[in-house]
Amino acid sequence: MSAPAVPPVLSCRGVRKVFRGGVVLRDLDLDVAEHEVVVLIGASGSGKSTLLRCVNLLEPLDDGSIHLDGEHITDPRTDPDRVRRRIGMVFQSYNLFPHLSVLDNVTLAPRRVHGQPRADAEADALRLLARVGLADKAGEFPDRLSGGQQQRVAIVRSLACAPRLMLLDEVTSALDPELVGEVLSLVRELRADGMTMVIATHEMGFAREVADRVCFLDQGRIVEQGPPEQVLADPAQPRTRQFLDRVLASGRL
Amino acid sequence: MTAISDADDGYRPSPLQLARVAHRRRQTVVSVVVASASTAVVGVLAVVAVTGAPGWDRVKQSFLDPAVARESLPLILDGLWLNVRLLAFCAVGALLLGLLIAVLRTLRPAVFFPLRALAASYTYLFRGTPLLIVLYLLTFGVPGLRLQGTPSLLVLGGIALTIVYAAYLAEVFRAGIESVHPSQRAAARSLGLTYRQTMRHVVLPQALRRVAPPLLNDLVALQKDVGLISLAGPIDAIRMAQIQTAQTYNYTPYLVAGALFVLMAIPLIAVTDAVTLRAARRQSAEAAA
Ligand SMILES: Nc1ncnc2c1ncn2[C@@H]1O[C@H](COP(=O)(O)OP(=O)(O)O)[C@@H](O)[C@H]1O
Ligand SMILES: [Mg+2]
Repeated sequence: MSAPAVPPVLSCRGVRKVFRGGVVLRDLDLDVAEHEVVVLIGASGSGKSTLLRCVNLLEPLDDGSIHLDGEHITDPRTDPDRVRRRIGMVFQSYNLFPHLSVLDNVTLAPRRVHGQPRADAEADALRLLARVGLADKAGEFPDRLSGGQQQRVAIVRSLACAPRLMLLDEVTSALDPELVGEVLSLVRELRADGMTMVIATHEMGFAREVADRVCFLDQGRIVEQGPPEQVLADPAQPRTRQFLDRVLASGRL
Repeated sequence: MTAISDADDGYRPSPLQLARVAHRRRQTVVSVVVASASTAVVGVLAVVAVTGAPGWDRVKQSFLDPAVARESLPLILDGLWLNVRLLAFCAVGALLLGLLIAVLRTLRPAVFFPLRALAASYTYLFRGTPLLIVLYLLTFGVPGLRLQGTPSLLVLGGIALTIVYAAYLAEVFRAGIESVHPSQRAAARSLGLTYRQTMRHVVLPQALRRVAPPLLNDLVALQKDVGLISLAGPIDAIRMAQIQTAQTYNYTPYLVAGALFVLMAIPLIAVTDAVTLRAARRQSAEAAA
């Protein structure tokens, strides 16, 4: 393959992150091309969330660099707010603002950060909410919604800024099993729209279906990566196999 | 959990990281330099403006007389000791009374309605009444009743400070108690803990941690307001400064007393800042989890 003319959307080089407890990410490399969906799997504590938080500049790196569309974003001179405007992030615990209605949650950033007029922002927000079947909830407050609805609003909220890259951190882990489906099908739609995404998840079935590439993290390193049918069905590394066996034993594959 | 070894994997910082660390260090140096320079400029301007004022010499004489300061300092320190003791008693009293009232205000069962109403009226009444009026009523009004065993003016003044501050602290405590999520109570009660045990072991510890900074802030305010006792007669630092001023026709003793109050406040303010900082750190750690 010849070198691509356009840089990858996301490029992590030699990323290292240390907490008081120890080294959480070590010498980690990861490239994500445009329209690509990369799924991070690995045991709890393997560093998936930390990697996503580093990409969103919520955590400073202890070494290495991260580039977004070829721009070095971990340079100390970059303005993190400008970088975050181009990245959407969704958390496990939704983190909707409880004092704002669904509509205000979604339009907050477009209006305050991007300076969109209220009417435009609300029209866009309603269109997005209608797409996920939540137009009738626009005036509700988050605590009146089910977990699945809240998480779909959270995803719509980060979509409203038209991000270049979406980071999803275990977006279904806090949900009841019967609510997982509605959130996952929304992520499927994003993929169909060509959104570039990095997804941390424990849903192996979903990983297999949605991923272009699966990366297995262990002790802060990507131990194995490749197409889902290979990594999930026929892993080359013993540690990957061990992890998958444990997941299989708990009935989540 | 995968164990992550701390043992270093032969890690060497890359040139990029070294440059990043150096840049951060430079930024720190630059901000320290800028801060010191701007402080120096403002300081010099202020000194020039004040000492260059036409009335400076007269003001210096009547407010900054070193001889008067030296003479009055021991007497004012004596008075300040009274303030310190009063502060200790009022702080403890107001914290306990405030906590009691806050807990009474959160009692749910209907039988407690009278207590709840009483506690609520207390906080309304004493947060609404100026401290000075409560102080005068207690120190001038109560002795006027000529009852047997009326406590001294000092004790009465202390009671006035305590009941007014307890009303403020009660509201801070109550805000803390109500900020603990109901699911916490549900979890505690479902374990079989009684209402009291739930309060004591689950709700109050979380509430106190959350409201420690505003509580301490109110105590800083109290530590200044103990000086108001001088209006009722007891000879504290401010009263002593007043006496000295009357004797020397010089205002320096007031300045001495003011400086001593600031010195007395510094430890409490430092503790407040530290506690606030710790609370903020803990919150951001919770958010990260
Ligand atoms: N703010 C923090 N302070 C200290 N240690 C942390 C912090 N955040 C994460 N860690 C540690 O980093 C490791 C990786 O955590 P995380 O990235 O959340 O793993 P995952 O998302 O894969 O479960 C864990 O051992 C965790 O304890
Ligand atoms: Mg995680």
